[in-house]
Amino acid sequence: MFQLRDEKDMGGCAISGIMSEEGTRFSGADIIRSIAVMHERSNGLGGGFAAYGVYPEHADRYALHIMCDHDRGVEATREYLEATFRIVHDEPIPTRQIEEIRSRPILHRYFAEVRPEIKERFYDETEEDMVVRVVMHVNADIEGAFVMSSGKNMGVFKGVGYPENIGTFFRLDEYEAHTWLAHGRFPTNTTGWWGGAHPFGLLDWAVVHNGEISSYGINRRYLANFGYHCVLRTDTEVIAYLFDLLMRKHGLPLELACKVLAARFWSQIERGDPESRELERTLRIIYGGALLNGPFSVLVGHSGGMIGLNDRTKLRPMCAARSGDMLYIASEEAAIREVCPSPDRVWMAEGGVPIVGKLRHAEATADA
Amino acid sequence: MRKWLVQPDFVVERDPERCIQCQVCVRQCANDVHSYDPEDELVSSDSATCVGCHRCATLCPTGAISIREAELEFHPNANWTAWTIRNIYKQAESGGVLLTGMGNDRPYVNYWDRMVLNASQVTNPSIDPLREPMELVTYLGRKPDQIEFDRSNGGYSVKTELATQLELQIPVMFSAMSYGSISLNASVALARAAAEAGTFANSGEGGLHRDIYPYSKNMIVQVASGRFGVDVEYLNRAAAVEIKIGQGAKPGIGGHLPAQKVDRAVSETRMIPEGTDALSPAPHHDIYSIEDLRQLIFAIKEVTHYEKPVSVKISAVHNVAAIASGCVRAGADIVAMDGLLGGTGAAPTMIRNNVGIPIAVALAAVDSRLREEGIRNRASLVVAGGFRSSADIVKAIALGADAVYIGTGALVAMGCHLCQKCYTGKCNWGIATQDPYLTKRLNPDVATRRLGNLLRGWALEIKEMLGGMGINAIESLRGNREHLRGVGLSESELEVLGIKPAGVGA
Repeated sequence: MFQLRDEKDMGGCAISGIMSEEGTRFSGADIIRSIAVMHERSNGLGGGFAAYGVYPEHADRYALHIMCDHDRGVEATREYLEATFRIVHDEPIPTRQIEEIRSRPILHRYFAEVRPEIKERFYDETEEDMVVRVVMHVNADIEGAFVMSSGKNMGVFKGVGYPENIGTFFRLDEYEAHTWLAHGRFPTNTTGWWGGAHPFGLLDWAVVHNGEISSYGINRRYLANFGYHCVLRTDTEVIAYLFDLLMRKHGLPLELACKVLAARFWSQIERGDPESRELERTLRIIYGGALLNGPFSVLVGHSGGMIGLNDRTKLRPMCAARSGDMLYIASEEAAIREVCPSPDRVWMAEGGVPIVGKLRHAEATADA
Repeated sequence: MRKWLVQPDFVVERDPERCIQCQVCVRQCANDVHSYDPEDELVSSDSATCVGCHRCATLCPTGAISIREAELEFHPNANWTAWTIRNIYKQAESGGVLLTGMGNDRPYVNYWDRMVLNASQVTNPSIDPLREPMELVTYLGRKPDQIEFDRSNGGYSVKTELATQLELQIPVMFSAMSYGSISLNASVALARAAAEAGTFANSGEGGLHRDIYPYSKNMIVQVASGRFGVDVEYLNRAAAVEIKIGQGAKPGIGGHLPAQKVDRAVSETRMIPEGTDALSPAPHHDIYSIEDLRQLIFAIKEVTHYEKPVSVKISAVHNVAAIASGCVRAGADIVAMDGLLGGTGAAPTMIRNNVGIPIAVALAAVDSRLREEGIRNRASLVVAGGFRSSADIVKAIALGADAVYIGTGALVAMGCHLCQKCYTGKCNWGIATQDPYLTKRLNPDVATRRLGNLLRGWALEIKEMLGGMGINAIESLRGNREHLRGVGLSESELEVLGIKPAGVGA
């Protein structure tokens, strides 16, 4: 079932995100209800969740969520991981037996630390670079194995099915997290591959998105310049790598990263004050290959919070609401009202203007 | 007159019922095809010297003249065609090199005709350029890997000092066509049209005539192996400087300007004696290797205070990817590549028709190579050589070009009929000549307007195609080969081009 990876994923989707900016952890029951409201936006070929703050007992270890076709893949993956990581704990990811979810792969998670001798040997790389390298190798080269997520104190849970069923299958109502993202997929090709479901996860990035990136071809080649290899051929993967490149590697604050990904039109830039004009002009000239063109609404989770971003002409729906320290972002307002009937404020996202949820006490990797 | 073996290429036919003996054709033809006999009061034609430029037929007020290809008088032979036989007759007669003008006219595969573009349907909305913004602005020049910035009172300010960029409102520039090879009227029209459209024209190796000065902010000036017209002022006046290593029509050899075209003004502008052939050396004699190129690039940068982007123009040859990579590493801000179909004012026919590779494959190879090496952002890629339409240009940008040079297309817009006789200096359309009787036929105002119209029309078409693909900024098309599919190409050609065959989805 893995050979379908090089079919590029396209289609419509439902997305939802809920976050407590105070960092209060709450059960996954709400996010399941929220995404379930938008059942009609999915077609049963993919659903998934990302949860942040979900493994406090292993908060400083990389939580590697892995899916495998067969036991050999599990063994091969473990063997490969152990070359780089010290595996502190590992276990099968707990699941429920439910009728709606069939042909499940083997699901396993590792909590691991990068070995000190490896850090010494690859002294010119950051620890994150090493993790990225390992993840990319597993996904590209270990037959039948796929890393769903590789961040700290977070995890991605996804598969083939409607998102509400995937949530029940993974027992998400039994987890507590401060930020939840959810995705219901409506692919127009019939790929029934668990790894192809969203969110896409790399390090502590998790991306869910609705839309089709018409600039995909160049975004992918642009990323290859910087050593990213898009094995999944999904728009979501490209978005995650772009965030990783811009924010982690190039140190752009979120605000500027969004000005790259959903750049304003030249005519808008011209109307700004001289300083902002210079800044935005330079960003567009340098980062033309990173501009995301075409319709998208995207939710990005990271250890510092959650970001909602619409394409610059707003060709996909995205609604947001606040209630106390809670931030809700979803494809439809109904998905928010389902779990928060009377928010303090509800608004539609503006094209190209990010909606930012910031974890108050977090060490923000995204220093927005 | 001795009868020679070469038969005419064309037959000029005059309808006696329509001809009113007005002698327009006599005055218009610089090749002396038409003549008037005052005794008989009759205009007649001798097809022998007709080049098929259609000047007479176009201007004949009664439509009395028609011109057709001379019928094949040779025995049919797939290998020894009339063309090959005539060439041998000519050379047996003259003992010289076969000369020609314009681009390669042989029926090579044209890769732009073997690629098709994408459009959005259902899953992705197409964008309507008549109702939504559609951006074609293109910046040419060196770009850093990443931005540097400072945080300042709540905002950010740029620390990166961007190298000078050429800002193009449309990713199409006028290719190098020297004053000398073309008339001053044509040169001025190109420069003015470029300035009005917000793009650039290229001086070629013809120097910069005083009349071009007002448009010099939209000029790229060339430094070629003959160094014609080059001095400090010339370099500093322009927007950018291009080192011409090669030309698609004649890779491996230098420029040719026959003495007939070197009049006083051309000689002054080029800084060469009047009435002499201006033959550029085949190589630059100060560039025998890549490190020499680096020295010239930086000599030019020093002289221009690092304010002008330096382009290196090469012809597309077999090893073009490695050569282009070398140029980028040597410091070129722009690499211009000219392919197998690139035009010229004068070139040996055999070289024009047989040396070099098609621009599409060269572009694909170079763009991929520079990306593999992680240096694609260090230089912009400009491609030239037979771009006939906005569709060719869109395909080139999708393959990886930043912008395109057009030469032949621009000349055709001004009235060129592609008779391929530029090297004779007898251009009846007043373009590729210095004869004042002929040059005055090209009104620079009209030519400027026609060039501007062409660019405007192509810009509209490019926007429509972009919108159809669901893209509203040209940078999202650049190098986006997902929007190209090949038709009728072999697997190895598809691989070199880095595109999928039509019928294969995303």
